[in-house]
Amino acid sequence: MTNDQEAAGPSPDPVSRRGFLAASVGAAGAVAAGQAALADTLADVPAREPGDVLGAYSERSEYVHIARIPEAGPGVRNVDPADAINSKAPLDQLVGTITPSDLHYVRSHAGTPNIDPVKHRVLVHGMVAKPLVLTMNDIRAMPSVSRVAFLECTGNGWENWKTAPDDVTVQNTHGLVSTHEWTGVPLSFLIDLVGVDRASTWMLAEGDDGAAVARSIPLTDEVIAEAMLAYGQNGEPLRPAHGFPLRLFIPGYEGNLSIKWLRRLKFGDRPFMTRWETARYTQLLANGKARQFQLRQEVNSVITSPSGMMQIKPGYNRVTGLAWSGYGKIDWVEVSTDGAKTWSRARLNGPVLSKAQARFDMDWVWDGKPTKIVSRSADEKGNIQPDRKTFIAAMGENALFHYSAQQTWSIDAAGKVRNVLD
Amino acid sequence: MRQGRCAMFSISKTVMACLAACVLASNAQAYEFGRPATPDEIKAWDIDVRPDGVGLPDGSGTAAHGKEVYDDNCSACHGDAGQGGYKDRLVGGQGTLATSHPVKTVGSYWPYATSLFDYVRRAMPYPAPGSLSDDDTYAVVAYLLSLNGIVPADATLDKASLPKIEMPNRDGFIPEPEFRVITNSR
Repeated sequence: MTNDQEAAGPSPDPVSRRGFLAASVGAAGAVAAGQAALADTLADVPAREPGDVLGAYSERSEYVHIARIPEAGPGVRNVDPADAINSKAPLDQLVGTITPSDLHYVRSHAGTPNIDPVKHRVLVHGMVAKPLVLTMNDIRAMPSVSRVAFLECTGNGWENWKTAPDDVTVQNTHGLVSTHEWTGVPLSFLIDLVGVDRASTWMLAEGDDGAAVARSIPLTDEVIAEAMLAYGQNGEPLRPAHGFPLRLFIPGYEGNLSIKWLRRLKFGDRPFMTRWETARYTQLLANGKARQFQLRQEVNSVITSPSGMMQIKPGYNRVTGLAWSGYGKIDWVEVSTDGAKTWSRARLNGPVLSKAQARFDMDWVWDGKPTKIVSRSADEKGNIQPDRKTFIAAMGENALFHYSAQQTWSIDAAGKVRNVLD
Repeated sequence: MRQGRCAMFSISKTVMACLAACVLASNAQAYEFGRPATPDEIKAWDIDVRPDGVGLPDGSGTAAHGKEVYDDNCSACHGDAGQGGYKDRLVGGQGTLATSHPVKTVGSYWPYATSLFDYVRRAMPYPAPGSLSDDDTYAVVAYLLSLNGIVPADATLDKASLPKIEMPNRDGFIPEPEFRVITNSR
């Protein structure tokens, strides 16, 4: 990505590609600042030499500094990890669409349990012909599927409901979404295995964490066809923070339905009305009523570069970002560089998969005048990401969850990129 | 998967045999993975409580005893009498939901008293979830409801009375149309 050596060097032609690299150093911060400028001629490039021994594990380069940020509620940043309730993915430093396993966002309600898979058990019962106790060996022996899909916390975007803090990055505003390849057993296989009663319409999924987080899941054809009991992320066993040894995964639905550390599935004929689907993950509207079982993650997008707290220079700037929808594939993304007056179609950099994040980009030559940049997306079902005014008119400012309005970044004459409402 | 096995046969000659084999495989399959769950172990893990009271255990508790349980187990995080702590406020807030500063508490927001029992029993107190007896759980639920003016200060709650409590915000929720009536083609 960017390179401090470039940044510290001269930038004679601001419109050149090189000028962009120089300009966007703040962008990323993926490379440590403060290194001496060099390598303006090829003779300055360090000579080759034998490298380090081959290890059992591939560490990141010592020049790459990339990490999540543990945070608490909206506006409660820079917290001690002991007080954090989530940990946000560094969207500004990621490329492509797949989130590395150790950088997938985390939201937990009672920390990360340390579970011995040999001792772990899953109880499947309720409206079933054959209530079963399953071991992880049982589950790993079952037919499996893999699928690339996003997972998003319903709290993603919650910094911007009422005000727009101007000192935040896209990691702060949108870091509660990630995309992985997930591997596990189709829920439909388990439904057949235990002989779920045809009259069962809801399923309670419960975790083995301290809070025993539990959610009711509607047994629609879509959920039955797409949900899985996942034990793999990006080709490896789940990591503890993401549900080891087993989690539910429901593509496109709010993250807390994908119960981590899964220990119980109970089939019933109505929602169970747990705390999380009544008192917690419901969206309070302006009239004091709350939307309940707003389970699907809406069509969304955000420009990840240039984005909050970066600094750009006039000339060529590649605008890039991510778009996703719980309804299916992203159909198109548009970017405005004049504060939503005019829009241009962005390129979708494949693959564009159903219910997965899609990468987009667009060429832009900035004239150096203050402006605002913003993206909007549409999915294959015809849903279009709303502007903030339309969105707030429908949802009010108190909903706390399911913020999916367009994200605007302002750029001042000095090239400083800042979070604004619209 | 089962269909995959069938595909090895010649469909024209062995359709019926294949169907029979699949049915047999299906019947045998239930216990190819895992083992039957016994009623006792299901009972031990089956902790959820529905709004109609299904799942509530025997036992009872008074609001007066609930204050003792609360002071010993809850006040350090939730404050004295359910407010002023550094974790979720549990008391008050009624009448604020339509304002610019809504205060969501047990009294102002929770639609079902049964959900409170369920949540306390499964998740609280945070350092030792599941450590309260059923009697103490009834008691602390009664105390929190009394602090919110929903039951009298001398209330006693059990599995018969708890589901009958009408929470102030019982009708405050709008289920998403897509998930009001669940159907599938199974």
